[in-house]
Amino acid sequence: MSFATKSPWVIHYDGSSCNGCDIEVLAALTPAYDVERFGIINTGNPKHADIFLVTGSVNERNIDVVKEIYDQMVEPKVVVACGTCACSGGVFHDCYNVIGGVDKAIPVDVYVPGCAVRPEAIIDAVVQGLAVLEEKSKVLQERKKEGK
Amino acid sequence: MSKATVIPFGPQHPVLPEPLHLDLVVEDETVLEVIPQIGFIHRGLEKLVETRDYNSFIYVAERICGICSFGHSLGYAETVEKLMGIEVPERADYIRVILHELSRIHSHLLWLGLAADAFGYEALFMHTWRLRERILDIFELTTGGRVILSAVCVGGVNRDFDAQVLSTIKEKMDSIRSEYKQICNAFLKDSSVKNRLVGVGTLTREEAIKYDCVGPFARASNVAIDCRMQASGAYSRLSDFQPIVEKDGDCYARLKVRLLEVLQSMDIIEELIATMPAGDIAVKVKGAPVEGAQASNALEQPRGECYYYALGNGTKNLERMRMRTPTTANLAGMTMAMKGCDLADVNMIVLSIDPCISCTER
Repeated sequence: MSFATKSPWVIHYDGSSCNGCDIEVLAALTPAYDVERFGIINTGNPKHADIFLVTGSVNERNIDVVKEIYDQMVEPKVVVACGTCACSGGVFHDCYNVIGGVDKAIPVDVYVPGCAVRPEAIIDAVVQGLAVLEEKSKVLQERKKEGK
Repeated sequence: MSKATVIPFGPQHPVLPEPLHLDLVVEDETVLEVIPQIGFIHRGLEKLVETRDYNSFIYVAERICGICSFGHSLGYAETVEKLMGIEVPERADYIRVILHELSRIHSHLLWLGLAADAFGYEALFMHTWRLRERILDIFELTTGGRVILSAVCVGGVNRDFDAQVLSTIKEKMDSIRSEYKQICNAFLKDSSVKNRLVGVGTLTREEAIKYDCVGPFARASNVAIDCRMQASGAYSRLSDFQPIVEKDGDCYARLKVRLLEVLQSMDIIEELIATMPAGDIAVKVKGAPVEGAQASNALEQPRGECYYYALGNGTKNLERMRMRTPTTANLAGMTMAMKGCDLADVNMIVLSIDPCISCTER
């Protein structure tokens, strides 16, 4: 991808993460890593967001919240699972209240390993997510044309 | 007079990186009552002691919370050491306390940034977090990790600090200190900060004691409670330790306590580096805790007192591990501080206890 056609806005939700990945997501927004220079903004509104960053695994209590935020986002959308817990449940995989990775609740496009995930890895994942976003929007546009 | 309405706050809210749900009962713009709902991050970590032995549970313990990660591994290790009667080498104690105070600085800087963001001072948020990265650089230099350090083991620490590393830490602390003072100036002398925080979410001393508040939240209400006063481990080697206390009990007092505590932690680190003894960094740990042996331990985390309890059963797995974390204690005080406040001040008051939901729910 030579250049981004879109400045993606991200929304972040903490599944049942230990905060380690959450603060790294925030650290990616601050001057040392500064993703804002690529036009990436952290928004609190699911309807404004293109990329959904989920940290931590899903459990009985928050699975509905994760699904709800995903449903409120407008197509095309990309889900990035940040950290080992979000990918598979990680160190907590055998806890009684952990269902598993985020893919147990919603479809995930990019998996980022790491405990805690490094900000560089998050930036990398968002860039990968951009490519997915572009593909998805192409598919949407084609469908629209066929519909007409 | 209008009818009371309920406004949901969270679990997904821009001011909080973590899920906490509050039902705010409001009339016009005034909050009448606050009903917290928790449980979004409950994983069931305490039960994991049944499947992990006491050495490997330390990796779970430090993942109770990513911000107070080092504190939890330290608190857990100290509890198990008490349970098994292990004496930790003095040098290991020093390294533990240095890392613990460093993580207090990083945690307070993180909070200061989030607070600045909550009252709409984004440039200050960015500056504080820029400074926080320098502390994380020290972590990366000494232990290899930025967030999860894995530096503590039962019986000591995993990594030694040689003379060169110690002098690097000292140099970095000096440069961070001068930059930090500029940030302090912005927080303490800016009138817009005062306008937003003075008199907001006041908690009196009596209420703070009644609701068992701990940490900077209680200290801002003139309660001199700090586990470091027990002088366990390397804290006993300090020439002097006085908890930082403020009288007003509002959000501004809580900000001041945390601002000053960062400077205090820097002093502690410098003093310990200057008096660091030579010697081993860990003792070999053999055997298992005796059946029925109990131990408890209290540790001053960045957010306040954290209490640990362990019960042995004669095997390598503990029978029971229990923690009482500072946010659990402070949630009651927070709902009291919020009664009668403006709806616009809610996010500031929630932040002012420095909530760590991940610790609370485990």
